[in-house]
Amino acid sequence: MRAAPYLLCVPALVLFAGVVIVPLSMTVLLSFHDWGQYKGIEPVFILKNWHEVLSDSYFHEMFARTFRVAFFVTLLAALFGAPEAYILNRMRSPWRGIFLLVILGPLLISVVARTLGWALLFGGNSGLVNKALMGMGLISAPLPFMFTEVGVVVALTHVLMPYMVLAVWASLQRLDPQVENAAVALGAGPFTVLRRIVLPQVMPGILSGAVIVFALAASAFATPAIIGGRRLKVASTLAYDEFLNTLNWPLGAAVAVLLLLALIAVIWGANRLVERRYAQVFA
Amino acid sequence: MSRNGPIALTYHVLFVSFMLAPILVVCFVAFTPEGYLSFPTDRWSLRWFYAIAQYPEFISAFWRSLWLGAISSAIAVGISVPAALAIARYRFPGREAMTALFMSPLMIPHLVLGIAFLRFFTQIGLGGTFTGLVLSHIVVVIPFALRLTLASAVGLDRSIEHAAVSLGASESVVLRRITLPLVLPGLVSGWALAFINSFDEVTMTVFIAAPGTETLPVRMFLYIQDNIDPLVTSVSACVIAITVAALLVLDRAFGLERLLIGRSAGHGR
Amino acid sequence: MAFLELEKLTRSFGAHNAVDGLTLGVEKGEFVALLGPSGCGKTTTLQMIAGFVEPTSGAIRLGGKDLLAIKPAKRGLGIVFQSYALFPHMTVAENVAFGLEMQGVAAAERRTRVAETLELVGLGAFGARFPRQMSGGQQQRVALARALVIRPQVLLLDEPLSNLDAKLREGMQIELRQIQRTVGTTTILVTHDQAEAMALSDRIVVMNQGKAEQIGPPHEAYERPATPFVANFLGKTNLVNGATVRPERISFAESGLAGTVRTRIFQGNHWLYQVDTASGLVTVIRQNTGEAMPGEGDAVHLGWEGRA
Repeated sequence: MRAAPYLLCVPALVLFAGVVIVPLSMTVLLSFHDWGQYKGIEPVFILKNWHEVLSDSYFHEMFARTFRVAFFVTLLAALFGAPEAYILNRMRSPWRGIFLLVILGPLLISVVARTLGWALLFGGNSGLVNKALMGMGLISAPLPFMFTEVGVVVALTHVLMPYMVLAVWASLQRLDPQVENAAVALGAGPFTVLRRIVLPQVMPGILSGAVIVFALAASAFATPAIIGGRRLKVASTLAYDEFLNTLNWPLGAAVAVLLLLALIAVIWGANRLVERRYAQVFA
Repeated sequence: MSRNGPIALTYHVLFVSFMLAPILVVCFVAFTPEGYLSFPTDRWSLRWFYAIAQYPEFISAFWRSLWLGAISSAIAVGISVPAALAIARYRFPGREAMTALFMSPLMIPHLVLGIAFLRFFTQIGLGGTFTGLVLSHIVVVIPFALRLTLASAVGLDRSIEHAAVSLGASESVVLRRITLPLVLPGLVSGWALAFINSFDEVTMTVFIAAPGTETLPVRMFLYIQDNIDPLVTSVSACVIAITVAALLVLDRAFGLERLLIGRSAGHGR
Repeated sequence: MAFLELEKLTRSFGAHNAVDGLTLGVEKGEFVALLGPSGCGKTTTLQMIAGFVEPTSGAIRLGGKDLLAIKPAKRGLGIVFQSYALFPHMTVAENVAFGLEMQGVAAAERRTRVAETLELVGLGAFGARFPRQMSGGQQQRVALARALVIRPQVLLLDEPLSNLDAKLREGMQIELRQIQRTVGTTTILVTHDQAEAMALSDRIVVMNQGKAEQIGPPHEAYERPATPFVANFLGKTNLVNGATVRPERISFAESGLAGTVRTRIFQGNHWLYQVDTASGLVTVIRQNTGEAMPGEGDAVHLGWEGRA
C-alpha cells in the first residue's frame, strides 16, 4: 500500500530519468568539452567555452540584447494585456467567451505562422504597419522593423500576449465582484476602485504572467530567427548557429546552459518576491 | 456588474485588431493571384493552395506532424494517468518534487531541450529518427496531459468508487467501469491539448529533425529562412484553418478556458 | 447476542483517537443513529463498518461472523453517501442495477428488482434519466434505491439528508422511516442533526470525542441525559442551581423564581424567552396558544416540575 503511489509514478519517472535528466546532464557536460575545426568534439574537461562566453564582449552584447528584448516584451505584455483581461472580465456572457477565444486562441496557432504574419506586416518599406503609421501621420518616413530589436519586440509581444491575459484573467476569476461593489458603495470612484481594490488583488497574476512571458521571450527561437534574421542574434539563435552551422556544439551548449541558469535565477527570484509580498494576502 | 465604457471598448477593439492582424494578413496574402507577396485586391485566387501539391515536402511533413502529435500525446496521456492518480490520491514523501519534475518541461526552454536531445540522440544512435522525435515530444507535452488528467482525478469524488465497492465491485471493475469513464473527459482534453502543442512545436524539433523527418512547422520555418513567398502563406493559412477548426471543437467540447487554465469542471453539484 | 456488534472499536490517527473503544449492539431490523458534532468519530465508525477504514483495534461482528475478515466488496452492505456518490455516467436504472450486476443476478430479474425498488422510492418513471437531470431530493432517492436493491444485511446512511433544504428534509425523514419500516432492513444513520436522529431512530448513540456518551431511545436521552454534553447536544437546556431543565418545561407562574424578560422572540408555533433571574439567564419556550404573553421588560415568575 505504501509503495502504491511510487509504483504508479514509475513510468513517468523512468521517462524523466532517461529522457530528461540524462540528456540535460550530458549537455552540461558537453559545455566543458573541447572543440576544434578539424578534430571535432574532444571529451575533456576544460573551462574554455565558459571562459569565452563569460568574457567575450560579443557574448555580453548578445545576452544583453536577449534580456533587453525579454524585458520590453514583458513590460508591453503587462501594460497592455492586464487592462484587456480586466475589460474581458467585465463583458457580458456571449461576448466574453467569444473574445476570450479570439485572444487566447492564437496561443494554439503555430508560432511560425504568426511570425510570418508579422514579417508580412513589417515587410520592408511598403509594409502595412508603416503605411498605417504614415497614414495616421505618426511618422513621415518608413521605420525599419525587419531585422531590428523593435520588430522582434513587437512580434514577440504578440506571440506571448495570451499568456499574460490568461494569467491575469485567472486571478480576476478569484476576485469577488461584490468587493468592487462594496468599494463603490463606500464612495470610491471607478479609478480609485481600479487602483486601490482591483490592481492589488491581480498583482500576483500580473507577476506570474510576467515570469512566464519573460522566460519564454528570453528563450524564444522562431520569432527572433525570422524577424531578427542572421544580423540580429539573440542567445537562442546564436546557439542554433553554433549547433547547426558552425558545429561548435560545446560552445553552443555553454550558451544554452548559461541561458537556462539565468532563467532559473530570474524565475526563482520572482517567485520568492511574489511569495514574500503576497503570502499574507493569499494564504 | 458594471459595463465597459467607450474608452474601454475602443481599447478592446484596438487590442483585438492587434491580436488578429498578423493572422488575417497571412490568410489574405494566401489568396493572391500574383507570383509575389501582395494583397489580393480585385481578384482572389487559389493558385497558391494548388501549388502546395507541387511540394511533397509540405504534404509529407504535415502527415508526419499529425502522426507525431497523435502518438506522442497518446503515450504522454498513458504515462500521466497513473502518475495523476498517485498525486491526486496519496500523500507521500517526494510528491511535491515529483509533480514539479513532471511539470518542469514547461519551464525548461525548448531551445535547451532541443540541444540536449540533439546531443543525447546522436550519442545513442537515435539522431534524426522518428523514434527520437516521439520521445522528445512526449517529454514536452507531458505537462499538458498531466495537468488535465490531474484536474479530473482530483475532481473525482472518492465516495463514488466507495459506492461501487460497497455494491460488490472488485478493484478492476471499479477501475474499468467507474474510474476510467469518469476521468475520460480529462484524458481526451489532455490528449487534445498535448496534440496541439506537439503539432505546433518548432524550437526543439528544429534541432532534432533531419531531412526526411522534418515536421510541418520545421519545414515552414526552414522555408521562411530561405525566402518568404506566397506558397508559405498558403501553407500557413491551411495550418491556421485547421487549428481554428480544432479550437472551435475543443471550446464546444470542454471550454477553452478550462483547457488552458486546467480547472476541473467536475460532475453534478 | 446482537445482530451487528461493535466491540471496543478503536481507530487512531497518530496520537489522536478518532474512535475510542466504542461498544454497540444493534438488533435485527433496528434503526440506530450515531449522533454527534463533526469530528466525534461517527463517520469513522461508519467507514469501519463499511470497510473503507481499518480499525486500529476491536472487533465488528455481523450475524456472529467476523466482518473485518471480509473484503469491503463482499460485505453486502447498502450505503447511502453524503454526496450520494451516484455514477454520473450511468442512468438511474443502470445505477440501481449495478450492485445486482456485481452479484451476477440475471438480466430479467435485474430489471424486475430495479423497477420494484424505484417504485418503492417513488421514482418509477425516472429510470432512463441521468443523475444530473434530477433534483437533490430525487438523487437522494436514487442513492437509497441503489443501496436497498441488493437487499443489504445492514443499511448505512452517512448524513443522507444534509444536502437537502429544510422543507424537503422533513418530507424525506418521514419517507425514509416508512421505507425502512416496509423493508425492515437494519439501519445505521450517521448525522449531526439531533432532530433527524430523534425523528428516525429507535435508539440513538450520542458520540463525543470518539466515545459513546449515551446509548438509548431518543426520548429517554432527551429527558434523562446521562451527561451535560448529551443534555446540551440534544436541545436547549438551562442549568438552574445545578439542575438541568428543558426550556419547554418551564412555565410562567404566580410564584417561583423571580425574573425580568430580557428578550422575547416569536417563532410561529412558540415563543422563545430569555429571562434575567437571580440564578442567571434562563431560556423559556412557551407554546403559542394565541393567548397574551408577557412582554419584554415585564416582571415574571418561573416554575417547573420538580422545583421545590
